[in-house]
Amino acid sequence: MALDTILQVVISGLLMGLIYALVAAGLSLIFGLMDVVNFAHGELMMVAMYAVFTLWQMTGLDPFILLPVVAALLFGLGVAIYRLLIARALSVRFNRGMVQIFVTFGLAIFIRGFMQFWYGGEFRSITTTWLANRTANVYGVYLPLPQVAAGVVCLAAFAGLLAISRTEFGRALEATREDREAVALIGIDRDRIFALGWGLGAATVGVAGVMLAGFYYVSPNVGANFALIAYVTVALGGFGSMFGALAAGLLIGEVEAITAQILEPSLKQVGMFAIYLAVLMFRPRGLFGKI
Amino acid sequence: MDRTTGMNSSITRRRRRELVVAGVLLAILIVLPLPIHDVYTRNLIIITLLFAGLSQGWNILGGYCGQISLGHSLYFGIGAYVSTMMFVGGHIPPPVGMVAGGIVAAAAALLVGWPVFRLSGHYYAIATVVVQEIGYLLALNWDFIGGASGIYVPFRGESWLNLQFRIDKLPYHYLVLGFAAVTWLVAWWLEGSRIGFSWRAVKDDVVAARSLGVRIFHSKMVATAVSGFFTGVGGAIFGLYVGYIDPDSILSGQLAILIALPAVLGGVGTLWGPFIGAAVLIPLRELSSSYLGSSGNGVDLMLYGALIMGVALLRPQGLVSLVNLVRGRAHGAA
Repeated sequence: MALDTILQVVISGLLMGLIYALVAAGLSLIFGLMDVVNFAHGELMMVAMYAVFTLWQMTGLDPFILLPVVAALLFGLGVAIYRLLIARALSVRFNRGMVQIFVTFGLAIFIRGFMQFWYGGEFRSITTTWLANRTANVYGVYLPLPQVAAGVVCLAAFAGLLAISRTEFGRALEATREDREAVALIGIDRDRIFALGWGLGAATVGVAGVMLAGFYYVSPNVGANFALIAYVTVALGGFGSMFGALAAGLLIGEVEAITAQILEPSLKQVGMFAIYLAVLMFRPRGLFGKI
Repeated sequence: MDRTTGMNSSITRRRRRELVVAGVLLAILIVLPLPIHDVYTRNLIIITLLFAGLSQGWNILGGYCGQISLGHSLYFGIGAYVSTMMFVGGHIPPPVGMVAGGIVAAAAALLVGWPVFRLSGHYYAIATVVVQEIGYLLALNWDFIGGASGIYVPFRGESWLNLQFRIDKLPYHYLVLGFAAVTWLVAWWLEGSRIGFSWRAVKDDVVAARSLGVRIFHSKMVATAVSGFFTGVGGAIFGLYVGYIDPDSILSGQLAILIALPAVLGGVGTLWGPFIGAAVLIPLRELSSSYLGSSGNGVDLMLYGALIMGVALLRPQGLVSLVNLVRGRAHGAA
């Protein structure tokens, strides 16, 4: 295999890995905060993709300009989901773990059905953007610009999450994660922190969705596959660990790209699943998991 | 029967009463299809009974033992592939293939359980999805078992030996009824056995169970083998009944959820939960997809999703708690 082919594989794995990492970061954030795995996480990403598609169709603006709008929309959606469903799921007395899984799972099916109803099942894509179909050629390595932009935005979003963790709100988030009973004693409104955590988690996956929509088709089922990868990423990195999500996302992106190169492309996910299982045998709580 | 059961005669009486109720229900289900000649309705009852049995099989691991598997379609697919391949390629009669399929599925469940049972909670649930997904991808690319295009089961004559019935679907009704009845009976028996108590201890508190001398790993392995066996047998029956199998119909993630859902909605870790859940969920799903979702407009999915959310939030102990409520025996319903 020639050097430039290897470099090409590594870079495309890296770019996809950054998207996986950001999708996983939102999931990990919610889990770390309140032990809830959001099985509708892929559907939140799908909603963000449809939102940017619709806004682009209505206004003709570039997804880059629409990014903050969609992120804000998703933040609101995340808070609403917490207030309407999750807060109730947390307060049940029986089978709490199972109720949480199936409430978010039911929500996933509901959102999928709603999008099917509203937009139909066809594949859609955003065709005219600043970067659409543009590529850069760096020393023989082919770089699709929409994906490069997505990678850069994902890194910026991680930096943003890091910055938030340094603020007053971030410290309240961390305190709630550490001990959700004790924070009430020092005047932190746990319910409010949870709601904001959901908003932040949804906005994070929303950013990933908007950037993905720049080079990936949109359909009601697009979330399912990304969600599965996100669960694998989060479990591999360790539930609740932000750094783990980033490291595992990059690892999974690379493994996927390399497997696709060595085996058939239709088997590309077998590699990442195998790595995931192998790591979990030695570290049952993932690479960087504490809980 | 061990001492624990003998100690409490009210438990023995309750268990005997459950057996009587099951007998009456079985009698009703034996005569139920006789006046029904409509093919659609008969098919609906057959699918409902099949999923009642499948979900009871899931319930043994997911309900009694508390290990939430979201990848049971792997065992379903293995059972279906083994029995179908034996019949198509080896001319081995399906009644034998069905048991063989169940045994191979149980062996697969043990093989998966051996590494995966060291994980717990969400880590376990996600690992089961991943193993199922690997199986799905491999089946899709394995030409020997038909790959993505699947296998048609050839028709070799109307008989109980071939378990193929074209003229009338009634024999299939009795086949799935027998399947569901056996899963119920096994669950009933296990519920009162020593291993059943171990499972509930593992489910409630692993640390406490271990300190009382319950062999955690051993208990989980027994549960997954029994559960995998019945799921595999169910898969084999499905392959015969439908006459065609492919990875999307027998090994998908959606199917894995559909196997777990009746038990979850009906009431996990209860004898009647999976049956009540299947009786509500399966007809609702089939009817809504044939009357509302035929144009692919998604209304059926919205209804289905709303039902899952609604039951999970309003009846966290499952629909079976409604029955107890009627009997006036509800213990602090939510």
